[in-house]
Amino acid sequence: MAGLVDIASWICLVAGGFFSIVGTIGLNRMPDFFTRMHAASVTDTLGAGLVLLGLMLQAGWTLVMVKLVFLGLLMFFASPAAAHALAKAALARGLKPRLHEEDPSSKRS
Amino acid sequence: MFATVIIALLIALAFALLRAVLGPTVFDRVQAANSVGTISMLLLVAIGFLTDRPDFEDLAIVYGLLNVVGTFAVLKFFRHGDLGHSADETETS
Amino acid sequence: MIYGLSLSACLFAFWLLLSGYFEAFLVAAGAGSSVAVALFAHRMKVLDREGHPIHLSLRALTYWPWLGIEIIKSAWNVSRIILDPKLPISPTLVRFKPSQRTIVGLVTHANSITLTPGTITVEANEGEFLVHGLTKTGAQGCIDSEMDRRVTRFEGRA
Repeated sequence: MAGLVDIASWICLVAGGFFSIVGTIGLNRMPDFFTRMHAASVTDTLGAGLVLLGLMLQAGWTLVMVKLVFLGLLMFFASPAAAHALAKAALARGLKPRLHEEDPSSKRS
Repeated sequence: MFATVIIALLIALAFALLRAVLGPTVFDRVQAANSVGTISMLLLVAIGFLTDRPDFEDLAIVYGLLNVVGTFAVLKFFRHGDLGHSADETETS
Repeated sequence: MIYGLSLSACLFAFWLLLSGYFEAFLVAAGAGSSVAVALFAHRMKVLDREGHPIHLSLRALTYWPWLGIEIIKSAWNVSRIILDPKLPISPTLVRFKPSQRTIVGLVTHANSITLTPGTITVEANEGEFLVHGLTKTGAQGCIDSEMDRRVTRFEGRA
């Protein structure tokens, strides 16, 4: 049983690290600001969620686990608010998103 | 195994920092800083498990809260030029 | 009143979580300060259905797991796009009318859209959302979506 939990948490941790790296690679590959936000939200949701889940499985039923659950809830409620504020501020500041119709060839910056 | 995830997170941190340095607009940098905050929060938790010191979880919670507040503060500063801007004025600007 | 009690309970749980000590004096001090904060919130009139929506907590238990699965699916799609050498993106802005009536429902819908990778709510006004999607199909999938129906069911007859 303990071995099974260990394997599950291993998988979660490795997948979480992988998705964090993928998200930040996307942060560098995407051509403009608005598309970069989508890449960053992969890190914020799946990367963070899986790493926290893997560590929760390691912690067992302790106070540490409750703290990890709280951290997860914090990310869950706060990160979309920050992302929305960021997108709205960028649009209000006159940053035009590059749209598909204007630029069919996906250029890189 | 915690070392593995810490190395992965450090690589992700390097990429996020690269975007923060390159970022053409200020919003790119804010976004990168937000990602750096998220990743360093995860890094703190993982280090807490690696060194078997549960105090690091409290630090991670503080980092998570500061990350959100910091993002909003920087955004407010760059949108309005000052931090003491009330919500009613925001609608008209 | 019920909101005050529930806010005190939440704050007290947060206190216990951060302190980790279970001596009589510290627990009593935590209980006292959480009740005091709830009273202040009551005096400031920030304690209402909107700020602390506990009447939704039961339905949240059915909505959140579905949202989690959606997040995993769309995060997987976005990861595939990022790792694709050709970078097949087609950024699109769509404007549509959400079917929620309460503020809590609208905020839940907007946050759910932002939380799923691949779509971000850029503007959320009453009766109109502006959504930026990483791909054209993803952005247009937000109009009259399954999520819209589920959030409307989630907010209930408020």
